[in-house]
Amino acid sequence: MPSSAGCDAPPVGADGILRERGQREVFCGLTGIIWLHRKIQDAFFLVVGSRTCAHLLQSAAGVMVFAEPRFGTAIIEEKDLAGLADANEELDRVVTRLLARRPDIRMLFLVGSCPSEVIKLDLSRAAQRLNSRFAPNCHVLNYSGSGIETTFTQGEDACLAALVPELAFTDAKQLMIVGSLPDIVEDQLTRLLTDLGIPTIVSLPARRAGAMPAIGPNTKYLLAQPFLADTGAALDKRGAVHLPSLFPFGAEGTTAWLHAAAQAFGISEERFAQVTAAPRERARKGLALYRDRLQGKRIFFMPDSQLEVPLARFLAGELGMELVEVGTPYLHKGHLIDEIAALPPGTLVSEGQDVEKQLDRVRAARPDLTVCGLGLANPLEKEGLSTKWAIELVFSPIHGYDQAGDLAELFARPLHRRDLLRV
Amino acid sequence: MQLTVWTYEGPPHVGAMRVATGMKQLHYVLHAPQGDTYADLLFTMIERRDHRPPVTYTTFQARDLGKDTAELFQKSARDAFERFRPQAIIVGASCTAELIQDDPAGLAETMGLPCPVIPLELPSYSRKENWGASETFYQIVRALADKERRPPPAVGEAGPRRPLANILGPTALGFRHRDDVVEISRLLESLGISVNLVAPLGATPADLARLGEADFNICLYPEIAAQACGWLERTFRQKTVKTVPIGLNATREFVAEVCAAAGIIPPADLDMGRMGWWSRSIDSTYLTGKRVFIFGDGTHAVAAARVASEELGFKVVGLGCYNREFAREVRAAAEVYGVEPLITDDYLAVEEAIEAAAPELVLGTQMERHIAKRLRLPCAVISAPVHVQDFPARHSPQMGFEGANVLFDTWVHPLVMGLEEHLLTMFREDFEFSDAAGPSHLGHASAGAHAPVPAAAEQAAAAVALADAPTEAAEPGGWTAEALAELGKIPFFVRGKARRNTERYAAEHGVATITRETLYEAKAHYAR
Repeated sequence: MPSSAGCDAPPVGADGILRERGQREVFCGLTGIIWLHRKIQDAFFLVVGSRTCAHLLQSAAGVMVFAEPRFGTAIIEEKDLAGLADANEELDRVVTRLLARRPDIRMLFLVGSCPSEVIKLDLSRAAQRLNSRFAPNCHVLNYSGSGIETTFTQGEDACLAALVPELAFTDAKQLMIVGSLPDIVEDQLTRLLTDLGIPTIVSLPARRAGAMPAIGPNTKYLLAQPFLADTGAALDKRGAVHLPSLFPFGAEGTTAWLHAAAQAFGISEERFAQVTAAPRERARKGLALYRDRLQGKRIFFMPDSQLEVPLARFLAGELGMELVEVGTPYLHKGHLIDEIAALPPGTLVSEGQDVEKQLDRVRAARPDLTVCGLGLANPLEKEGLSTKWAIELVFSPIHGYDQAGDLAELFARPLHRRDLLRV
Repeated sequence: MQLTVWTYEGPPHVGAMRVATGMKQLHYVLHAPQGDTYADLLFTMIERRDHRPPVTYTTFQARDLGKDTAELFQKSARDAFERFRPQAIIVGASCTAELIQDDPAGLAETMGLPCPVIPLELPSYSRKENWGASETFYQIVRALADKERRPPPAVGEAGPRRPLANILGPTALGFRHRDDVVEISRLLESLGISVNLVAPLGATPADLARLGEADFNICLYPEIAAQACGWLERTFRQKTVKTVPIGLNATREFVAEVCAAAGIIPPADLDMGRMGWWSRSIDSTYLTGKRVFIFGDGTHAVAAARVASEELGFKVVGLGCYNREFAREVRAAAEVYGVEPLITDDYLAVEEAIEAAAPELVLGTQMERHIAKRLRLPCAVISAPVHVQDFPARHSPQMGFEGANVLFDTWVHPLVMGLEEHLLTMFREDFEFSDAAGPSHLGHASAGAHAPVPAAAEQAAAAVALADAPTEAAEPGGWTAEALAELGKIPFFVRGKARRNTERYAAEHGVATITRETLYEAKAHYAR
């Protein structure tokens, strides 16, 4: 078994989980804007922050910045720090100008940042104020994507959690898929659920601001992403019922996820087998191609997106990889209970990060593949360790049966390349 | 508040990171919230560095704020020293930490770390990246330069020694800094001058102690080194070479200034590269008077304007920079070329100015590259900010004589491409270039396709003429069929202009019917 039992093995909690604090080499929640603004096609994300925030978005968004994207930063300047009333007036001015320029925008998110939170700029009041001015043409909401509150994908959680109280009420029986997925994946999963016989299927977020789903006590929801702790809590508060499951990665994960829905809606096992047999077989075929390449290879996850635990479960369970350490920025035990149970016994799961110590463990273990952020990948490659940069796992379509092979390929490619090159 | 999508410069602590990452054995302890580590990937991805930037972040979170973030800072500083054992540490705050007022400088000083600790004050809400790099370098130089050191005697036991120069300003994430240093070092070598020290790029804190041993300083990137050079001038009485050697003429002047500072006579047989001949050769004649719009950091923009105007024969129709610190230099240069200087960090203002100036070539940053793409204009990159492709594997300086060669190729390349594109579009209606005709090198396609294609092309030409005809004929004082046919022969991209000019001429001169003659009279009239 993988063991980092060197002379100073890290302290592991009673629940078998290693919790660490220290320097964290992670993105803040603002980064979520990059994919959220692609998903909600008439929403604009306005970060109220510093030049650093604008620089981060620019660095993370790359060429998207040039395509008149639906996000921007209201950069706080020295004069805004002088008095808070002034900052509110400035914000109103910026928003008014922005909405005049972009009449196509139907939903505006004021996104809090570290600076805006430290100076205690009340964006929820600002959102209310602006909402009363711009409704009904544009709905103004707020959430925090700051680094002091959120890590990377938690930005999506905060955004969706802000949406939930705004959803209309319905007592219709329906299934809600929660978490933003690439459109093609969302369509595939919705099609399968429809074929199973579930009559009403809605998604949060919807693709347009005016089409957000309604919610009520007869709504049952499936989480498509593991990083939706606050959104889940907000949905529960509206009376919706969570369907616990594995996350839909790989053939097994997708089957379990669909099965949770099928059971909740009283779909027969025969029907379930009938609908899922063909795509399930397709996914298995897709995975078989990569099984040879990945079987027995040792993988180390550094924390990034909270996708780590479900992905590790998929890689170990369906492709035979060995898990050295599975790091995650935050572990929601409730949502991940099935995933943790499905990990090979004895897997070291770590929550949080002390990056230097964790890198020491990577170097000591010398895994075949290390999943990590872009700030660490090239330096580790230089040390002779193959890496898979984590952010791609958030941007690529990886959920569901028909992406199972693509998902495996993302991990197989760096190893294949390492073997291929003679440089 | 300023609404922005794109920023030309990052915050000042990124400037400090550029200095720290350029150097060796220096560590930066940065009081910053979780997430600010994003800046690491600028160095590991865009510049493709194979090690992590030497920065320890405190990465505080909300739960730390109620407690002692100061203690967190001290722990991070202590751990960083223990792990990396740097020769010196710089400490500072990012924008958020600036607001919580922990005073990293004071905290670090009281810790008694066994190496020099240099505090940085980088005001995040009023200053930017270049300023941060300049201030950081200046503070490091002030703290580490040994004030007792002076150049060795001019004549030693082995005879007279070679003059010694410091090359100052190159950093990590600098546009072509790596290759500029190589090029300028080679040039100095060919002049018989030795490099005492290159800094910050590649230098250690211990190296910086030797700054005073040089005879003079070369301020290679004023954005970063001017402030430090001023201090060195005052402290060590070292001269500063201020000419930035970008372009053939600037490099010649640089050589003269360097030789004067070194007290040597410039060699007569200096290899000045190919740029001069390339530009004089007749193939370059069509470059004459090309309208060029230039935007970037102040230094690169001013240098580019000179190269464009004196060395390539372009016409500078726009000049600007995003760093206010160099507004004066840009204004002075803009006056020389008779254009309105554009000092702004708002890319929308740059886009407007480019549209208004209607240039044939844009020289700028990554952002101008995209503006030019949108406006379908040829473009070359002359300044940061740049993306990964402008940190190339090949040797690719901007400075010195080889740099001038590189500039010629880089700037002319998109124009040649532009010309090719124009020619292809211009002849698109010719049978050989029509979409219906297969590639000409595929013999099997040509035999069958040949016959009908000219007919199709004729039809297309007739369609063009007809499309123009009804609208024109409907107007009083309209075009004759003959004149319309003549108009149809004019290349499409100037056809609209010819039509407008002719109609204006006809209106102004009371010509009722536009004939072929009117067309050419108008042409002669507006050519004056």
